[in-house]
Amino acid sequence: MVTTSNQATNLVGLSRADYRGAASTLCQGCGHNSIAAQIVAACYEMNLVPEKVVKFSGIGCSSKSPTYFLGRSFAFNGLHGRMPSLALGALFADRTLEAIAVSGDGDTASIGFGQFKHLVRRNLPLVYIIENNGVYGLTKGQFSATAEKGLELKHQGTNPFLPVDLAMEALISNATFVARSFAGDPKQVKELIKAAIAHQGIAVLDIISPCVTFHNHENSFHSYSFGKTHEEPLHEISLVLARDEITVEDFERGTTREVTMFDGSTVVLKKLESEYDPTDKMQALNKLQEAADNNWLLTGLLYVDPNVPILFDKYNIPETPLNRLANEKLRPSSEVLDAINNSMF
Amino acid sequence: MESELIEKQAMIENDFCITFSTINGSGSATANITLMRALFRMGIPVSGKNIFPSNIQGQPTWFTLRVSKKGYLGRVKDDDIVVAMNPASLEKDIAALVPNGVMLVPDDLTFPELRDDIIVYKMPVRKLLKETNVSPAFRDYIANMMYVGVLASLLKIDITLIHAALEYHFKGSQKAVESNFEAVKLAFDWAEANLEKRDRYITAPMNGTEGYIMTDGNTAAALGSIFGGVQFLSWYPITPATSLAETLHDSLPKYRQDPETGKDTFAIVQAEDELAAIGMAIGAGWGGLRAMTSTSGPGLSLMTEYVGLAYYAEVPVVIWDVQRVGPSTGMPTRTSQGDLTMVNFMSHGDSQMLILIPGTIQECFEFGWRSFDIAERFQTPVIVLSDLDFGMNQWMTAKFEYPDAPMDRGKVLWEKDLDQLLEKNGGVWGRYLDIDGDGIPYRTLPGNQHPRSGHFVRGTSHDEFAGYTEDGDTWVANFGRIKKKIELARESLPEPVVQLREGAEVGIIASGSVDSAVVEACDLLSEEGNNVDYLRIRGIPFNKAIKQFILDHRVTYVVELNRDGQLSQLLTMDFPDVAYKLRKVAHMDGLPLPAKWITEQIRKSEEN
Repeated sequence: MVTTSNQATNLVGLSRADYRGAASTLCQGCGHNSIAAQIVAACYEMNLVPEKVVKFSGIGCSSKSPTYFLGRSFAFNGLHGRMPSLALGALFADRTLEAIAVSGDGDTASIGFGQFKHLVRRNLPLVYIIENNGVYGLTKGQFSATAEKGLELKHQGTNPFLPVDLAMEALISNATFVARSFAGDPKQVKELIKAAIAHQGIAVLDIISPCVTFHNHENSFHSYSFGKTHEEPLHEISLVLARDEITVEDFERGTTREVTMFDGSTVVLKKLESEYDPTDKMQALNKLQEAADNNWLLTGLLYVDPNVPILFDKYNIPETPLNRLANEKLRPSSEVLDAINNSMF
Repeated sequence: MESELIEKQAMIENDFCITFSTINGSGSATANITLMRALFRMGIPVSGKNIFPSNIQGQPTWFTLRVSKKGYLGRVKDDDIVVAMNPASLEKDIAALVPNGVMLVPDDLTFPELRDDIIVYKMPVRKLLKETNVSPAFRDYIANMMYVGVLASLLKIDITLIHAALEYHFKGSQKAVESNFEAVKLAFDWAEANLEKRDRYITAPMNGTEGYIMTDGNTAAALGSIFGGVQFLSWYPITPATSLAETLHDSLPKYRQDPETGKDTFAIVQAEDELAAIGMAIGAGWGGLRAMTSTSGPGLSLMTEYVGLAYYAEVPVVIWDVQRVGPSTGMPTRTSQGDLTMVNFMSHGDSQMLILIPGTIQECFEFGWRSFDIAERFQTPVIVLSDLDFGMNQWMTAKFEYPDAPMDRGKVLWEKDLDQLLEKNGGVWGRYLDIDGDGIPYRTLPGNQHPRSGHFVRGTSHDEFAGYTEDGDTWVANFGRIKKKIELARESLPEPVVQLREGAEVGIIASGSVDSAVVEACDLLSEEGNNVDYLRIRGIPFNKAIKQFILDHRVTYVVELNRDGQLSQLLTMDFPDVAYKLRKVAHMDGLPLPAKWITEQIRKSEEN
């Protein structure tokens, strides 16, 4: 890749510019833009090769954002709520690809609820980012299923229903990596994306991403002011690449818990909570319930199990991408057909 | 001597229809297929149609076995012989018999004497069962074998071939073969000793099945797909398409493991619903895999939005629609050709899908592989319209033929190809750029490491370089190119099959599984001195030869199994200037059309 010499480059010789996408067409100040910027930073720091990354999204404001990062990567912007099935089929073509998917709360918690949960259940290796703002933005402000009870909107009045908690939904569908973050906390967002990339199976990141235009009421879970004042980080998190040993020393062992990811890298959790163990699913569920009861925006890595076999481990497919198999591997010989004909009555 | 001759002339040899009326879940399928196979081995052309309820156990079910020395495989409306094992449907079964028809019935089954023009044979099923040492759990299954034995005696079916059929069916389970055959033999011996033959139906060995095999359309489609190099199947269970996917589950590991690596060259996913099944298949098709799904009406409705995306984003995918009766849940276990207009325009907005319609079981196999070539060549969804009659019934068919053309993977660029193209084309390539002027662009596949290969595919409006745009002129140009590409496909799809007869002024157009009935109807009309020509459509959009066929005939009847005459509707739209020559011959009651019904409709219309 051609990079100018005065720019910093990563281990694969690329500069940050190589990870950028087109200019955003979302509203000024949209949380989604901040997330796109952190995806760029995370991919740069994780030394991903853009040509080895494939991006997916559904429909909605969130689903536009793959345009705004990794402009050199392949991408498919599918149907509303049905990105999971599209991604699953596509990744069978080349299992060596890194996949980053961006969805929204309408896309994931409503129309695509079924596909989301089934994707999680299958443990497809995919970073699944939900840019969660509790509102339908492109259709100019209707409640989504993650909107809190009691919120007021112009046309619909008061929201009478309790919200869907996507982190909880992911957990009970046996997700192998579940995190929640806040778009206004770029450092945590970036570190969680890096950890998600390092995770071998599905990584669900529910990122509260305030809608500046339709849903930024001060008392709302999905607003900047709420996030800034109610965010309760579980722990500070850093991803340490396997080959990058120096930073490990920066952490005080006594206050951290390390989780070794499948690729050999380590997620280091600096615990603010006394005994939070992100490998304990029941504790994660309890924490989420406690947070909901107390109106906290609980952020951090809620749960991870790095050792669960991924979808492709359940198949007898080669490491060689299926889409590069030669035609002669795909059509049995005429002798085989003769045998089939002869085996018929 | 003379009386013996008359007697012999009166016999009806190898040309009749038996209906087995049973209770579903009672194991009659084994008995019925065994008889059918024995007749097939005798060299007599046979066809079998299962008319069954959407139910697991306890409801009436019928199996109709047609024996036809002329090789006709279509359904016949009236029964020559009824094997009445189900008290619940007795009256209906008796009414379906032709005059001098035959009824076989267990001797403990009472029924009203509705007709005096039929011949009744009572079978001592219960008594014979007692003579076997079969466990009570298998009584029902074995009871059905009794009528096999009685029929073998009455119709002179070679009993050793029944044994051979059982051996094939139970594949190596000698115990099952022998316990079933014991029941057949017991009933056969009883009939030989006790039944005086009073009816006219008889079989005799002939040479009508050489070179043929017996199978069903779903199996044929699955095997054809395997030889087409299918790499990805995503599906959701639905009658009558389920057995297509399940045959792939069974057969792909057998035929498509790489002998060098021991690895599979395919993947199958049973999806959570049809919305996901099509999404997965389109994802895989975009990824460059030969991808397919199989479904029926309700599933097809769910797939519509994604198919529209694949049409517009130009993603190859193959969809098998094994048609059943709709709309809605309709008649899930009955056959129809009712999805034609729906799949033709399978999207909101302007669209035109490429459709293949196999008219024989051999073509189910052929279109199994050919559909992938067409989908990848034109970078678009291909829908293959089969139906329940093909998919779930046993047919005798010519042996499957090995593909006569190498795989056509279409315009795919890997790293070196893209380099070469860029060099040739002044450094310009775009996913939707029409470089060759045929409307078909070049595509790169995910995983291609060339820095120029990546692009953003979407269902939203895009330009030649796959960039988002809402510019109207760009939309018109790009959408016009897609239309051009689809028009090109018109003459590339399997051409119509035409059967001409001397002096014919009248034509028949049909497609799909009604072929067997139309072929017979043409012969019947010829026998009456009214030659008709027959054109069978195998692909949509229509080949131009179809218009010429319509022009060449005074009138053309379009025969199909639906209410509204959907094929006729599409022909009318595509060839409006000759549409006045078309006559709709359409009917749909869930059963395959009988040839006689077709001839009656045509005769009636011609008389008017």
